[in-house]
Amino acid sequence: MKILLVAEYRQGKLLDNYTELLAFAGIMGAESVMFTVAEAAGALPNFDGRLYLAEVSQAGEYNPETHRQLLLDVVEMEQPEMIVLSHSSYGWDLAPRLAVALRAAQISEVVAVEDGQLVASMCNGKLRRTLKSRGKITVVTTQAGAFSPTDAATGAPTVIPVGGAASGKVKLLGYETAKPGGVDLARAEVIVSAGRGVGKPENVAMVANLAKALGGEYGASRPVVDSLWVEHNRQVGTTGHTVAPKLYIACGISGAVQHLAGMKKSEFVVAINTDRDAPIGDVADVFAVADLKQLLPILTEKLQAL
Amino acid sequence: MKLLVCIKQVPDMESKFKIGTDGWYDREGLAWRMNEYDEYGVEQAVQLKEQTGADLTVLCLGPEQVKETMKKALAMGCDRGVHIADDQSHLKDPYEIASIIAEFARDKNFDLIFTGMQSQDRASAQVGVMVAELMGLPAVTTIVGFAYADGKVTVKRELEGGVKATVEVAPPVLVTCQLGLNTPRYPTLPNIMKAKKKELLSIPAADLHKASGLQETAKIEFPAKKGGGVFLEGEVSTIADRLIGILKEKTAVLA
Ligand SMILES: Cc1cc2nc3c(=O)[nH]c(=O)nc-3n(C[C@H](O)[C@H](O)[C@H](O)COP(=O)(O)OP(=O)(O)OC[C@H]3O[C@@H](n4cnc5c(N)ncnc54)[C@H](O)[C@@H]3O)c2cc1C
Repeated sequence: MKILLVAEYRQGKLLDNYTELLAFAGIMGAESVMFTVAEAAGALPNFDGRLYLAEVSQAGEYNPETHRQLLLDVVEMEQPEMIVLSHSSYGWDLAPRLAVALRAAQISEVVAVEDGQLVASMCNGKLRRTLKSRGKITVVTTQAGAFSPTDAATGAPTVIPVGGAASGKVKLLGYETAKPGGVDLARAEVIVSAGRGVGKPENVAMVANLAKALGGEYGASRPVVDSLWVEHNRQVGTTGHTVAPKLYIACGISGAVQHLAGMKKSEFVVAINTDRDAPIGDVADVFAVADLKQLLPILTEKLQAL
Repeated sequence: MKLLVCIKQVPDMESKFKIGTDGWYDREGLAWRMNEYDEYGVEQAVQLKEQTGADLTVLCLGPEQVKETMKKALAMGCDRGVHIADDQSHLKDPYEIASIIAEFARDKNFDLIFTGMQSQDRASAQVGVMVAELMGLPAVTTIVGFAYADGKVTVKRELEGGVKATVEVAPPVLVTCQLGLNTPRYPTLPNIMKAKKKELLSIPAADLHKASGLQETAKIEFPAKKGGGVFLEGEVSTIADRLIGILKEKTAVLA
């Protein structure tokens, strides 16, 4: 089988998630070729094989219509059976465009390969399903972190320049990066995080009080931040901070993959949740099946009395 | 200006799921609601309608019961609903769903189409972009900021690591909405009453269903339980004592 891997380039840099794509291709036992929009004179993927490269100065960093066309040209030349992208803001934007143009099935956010078949999770990790493509070509996106390279990538690609006039109706005007500042969650040894299960903004104080009693900081899941109950620099997850404290207590947090990505390296994880089946259980050392509104005040009081 | 917002009805993710007999999860006995990502789409579409006086249609594919969710969108401010009636929509793949929507929307001259970036149950993040591609429209995904002025749409796309990209595009365009794009309004009682009188057209999916599916779900199952953590259950005071005991024994944070 031949797989076409799509490496990403953003803000002047090649992203290293292409190594996860190589790991996926390794599991599939496939021959890989690669495509990227990057700078030929800059860092290239460590990979022994053909790399189709379009110059970013011409094709732009975000120009999905142009990137789609460039990829379709490569597909024409290489005739791969699979096109694989990371399930990232670049990948999930581009993949369905390829799928439609090729009338190909897209299988999104693959987490595992079992007996050669692709598995994806659903319903916030409560269920999983095995998907089968009906066509000759399949577009796949892989979940961030699901396929880890075992060895450092090595090799040097054979670069094949590709190009064509950049077109496309969307125009990238620029980037903005979140301002650092305020609390530094990465340094806290204990983090107690508030999830949507806190119910209302007033209850964030219960979480903050427990954090204080443990000499730590409080964090939050995304909906709590989106609701403006807690400031963004306390958000844990893929679009917030990645933390690895000695103790992480998730209060009313279901354990969506994007949250887990930000805290699963914590040394010890406690979940407080009314739903015994919440996927946070996958990473919890202790799972207290309880209403946080009842448990947190008592727990805090007992800790203060120690 | 004409706007379309596409929404999906999904089960509450706190539900206890069961494997169904039709190759999907069992749809009986679940609580249903509007896909969270779509709530942001509806709110943004309503805000744009308020800004420009545009006409706003909400579209939903699914069985009869999705009308309940459509009523919420109407109560939030959509002008009319189009229900594409389909008892089997859960068994269709993203390409089929997108083809049906595109088939409906193709000759309607919508200037802006809003969808959620993904649904909470499947999380495939495909339908919105596919609708745009099938219609030959530009699409911008994962937006967390939206502005319309001088005939142009300026959006912020959320990327990884706290970075956002500002992107400009002229209508007609489709955008897929990410969590936190805005603060979805709660329908007020008078608006809920008014929504009952709004037009809600039903079209059989078969009338629009011209493409065939490209993939199938071979198996659906519960994931193997990982972790092997300790469960603490019962009276909260006892849970608190046991938890403190465990923290003393297993971590250094209470030392
Ligand atoms: C591209 C992308 C990026 C994302 N980035 C992030 C990110 O960085 N961080 C992040 O957190 N999310 C992120 N998300 C969102 C993520 O998918 C989830 O929607 C989010 O993590 C859910 O937050 P939650 O667990 O607090 O809420 P929910 O999933 O709604 O869970 C609430 C939990 O509270 C429990 N509960 C309810 N009441 C109580 C009670 N009284 N006592 C105890 N428990 C209770 C419920 O059982 C449930 O498990 C991202 C999503 C996308 C698509």
